[in-house]
Amino acid sequence: MKLTGIREAYGETLAALGELYPEIVVLDADLSGSTKTSLFAKKFPDRFFNMGVAEQNLMGTAAGLAAGGKTVFASTFAIFASGRAWEQVRYSIVYNKLNVKIVASHGGVTVGEDGGSHQSAEDIAIMRVLPGMRVIVPMDGKEMQEVIKTVVKIPGPFYIRSSRVKFPLILGDDYKFELGKGKILREGKDISLIGCGLMVSHCLEAAETLAKEGIAARVVSLSTIKPIDEELLVDCSLNTCGIVTAEEHSVIGGLGSAVAEVLSEKSPTRIVRVGVQDKFGVSGSAPELLEYLGLKPGNIVKAARQIMEHRSQKTAPVV
Amino acid sequence: MLNAEQIKKLESLAKTIRVDILKMLNQASSGHTGGSLSTVEIIVSLYFYKMRHNPKDPAWSDRDRFVLSKGHGAPALYTVLARSGYFDLSELMNLRKLGSILQGHPDMKVTPGIDISTGSLGQGLSMANGMALALKLDKRPSRVYVLMGDGENQEGQIWEAAMAAAHYKLDNVCGIIDHNGLQIDGPVNEIMKIEPIADKWACFGWEVFRVNGHDFQEIISALDKAETVKNKPSLIVASTVKGKGVSFFEGKVEYHGIPPTNEELAKALVELGTKS
Repeated sequence: MKLTGIREAYGETLAALGELYPEIVVLDADLSGSTKTSLFAKKFPDRFFNMGVAEQNLMGTAAGLAAGGKTVFASTFAIFASGRAWEQVRYSIVYNKLNVKIVASHGGVTVGEDGGSHQSAEDIAIMRVLPGMRVIVPMDGKEMQEVIKTVVKIPGPFYIRSSRVKFPLILGDDYKFELGKGKILREGKDISLIGCGLMVSHCLEAAETLAKEGIAARVVSLSTIKPIDEELLVDCSLNTCGIVTAEEHSVIGGLGSAVAEVLSEKSPTRIVRVGVQDKFGVSGSAPELLEYLGLKPGNIVKAARQIMEHRSQKTAPVV
Repeated sequence: MLNAEQIKKLESLAKTIRVDILKMLNQASSGHTGGSLSTVEIIVSLYFYKMRHNPKDPAWSDRDRFVLSKGHGAPALYTVLARSGYFDLSELMNLRKLGSILQGHPDMKVTPGIDISTGSLGQGLSMANGMALALKLDKRPSRVYVLMGDGENQEGQIWEAAMAAAHYKLDNVCGIIDHNGLQIDGPVNEIMKIEPIADKWACFGWEVFRVNGHDFQEIISALDKAETVKNKPSLIVASTVKGKGVSFFEGKVEYHGIPPTNEELAKALVELGTKS
């Protein structure tokens, strides 16, 4: 499968949009080479502000620029954008409904060798809890391009997760992103595999394996985690035997939690969450960490099998 | 500069505003008395002398902006906004009540004239810097005034923002510190020493002025001088008295976060020369 750079897609799209939207300004906190806002900075030096290693001030300044009528893109690593500056994001930006798009690179655990200090398995949880915040985790470079082109036209705050590693290209050239809508990438009547970000490709791989075992899996990309596509989730619960969620994030508070919140109220169904199991990451290569933390296609396959094996029982399977 | 008669008018207005503040805090049964009273002359100088603003058009693009970074001083700002004509004076009595346009801390979404929400300490200067950058990008002449508390200077974000304002040569930013020397738990320099505060800001690349924060002539003269500073931000350290204007509130730590009781209000109004 062809790989696509997520952060590269962000940086290139942003630099292109800079021509069309003179109101776009971009802020970074000494990581512009990594987040790829450097591409915008090179083209529009007067509309790029490097705030140095100071994420709280980065978010506050972003709020002020947005209050001054600018469309602001603020980028740094996910752990710092969401965690270090959480309260500034909450009060300076989201409370005021200001037009700041936080595009946070190096999300998840595939940051790799830098280790637990720089990995971010909590950002989706702490961003989606903010009232009115929209949270998007694109599945490939094509989707990141479309997401950026979409959110630039929608006022108000967004949290968009980018990544250090490249993701397999899934979507075709004609793909159009729709905020708040999941997408069925593969149909199947037995079980639903719902993922975001890198894990969408793992769901597709898992579906191939399951097909060989006679299990037909529906694969859904739920790139918009908030606002969540309730209708599609209910449809999955009614038309398949159960759901496996897959995310490069803690199983606490992330995509799996969001799906469970909706379905426990609207259409209770069996859900198994594949993700980081309440632990911190460690140093290692990205592929090694995906293995170590249980985020491989095989983990999704295993979860799906267990739901299928226990589908006639009332008690939940133990993974 | 203003003549003696104009200054007298401002002094009289300050007294009226102190009365408003005490009444609204008493009515709300909660809120910050000491740190509202200490800011009165500063905020009055801004809205009734220095700032270009239009109460009929709060979103006027070329207005000067004000950020009350020490958001707990909201009663003083609300009173000044009401007296300027942004909203009806009767709103003041709804302070902190459910559904009120006057939230416990300034909220840009519901109060006409509030340029940005504040109240979580340390965040105001960063937002002021962002506004100032936007104004410069748009080549607008407007200035951004930001009033901070002295205790608030213990927040790390203030110093991130202080560094950034100097780095980006934000000469359209004017910071003011309400240096009343007290915070909730006690005297600022006993809780966490901030001195030498003026030197610290100067070190960070700001043009620093020191004034008596209850002397209109001094405040106004510093605001005028600050406007002429080029290529760097300005900071006015205003020495103030917490609870200023009411003898039994002045310099009292315990009146940081409590409103006047009915008895205290009655006594205070007598001191301020008002009966009801």
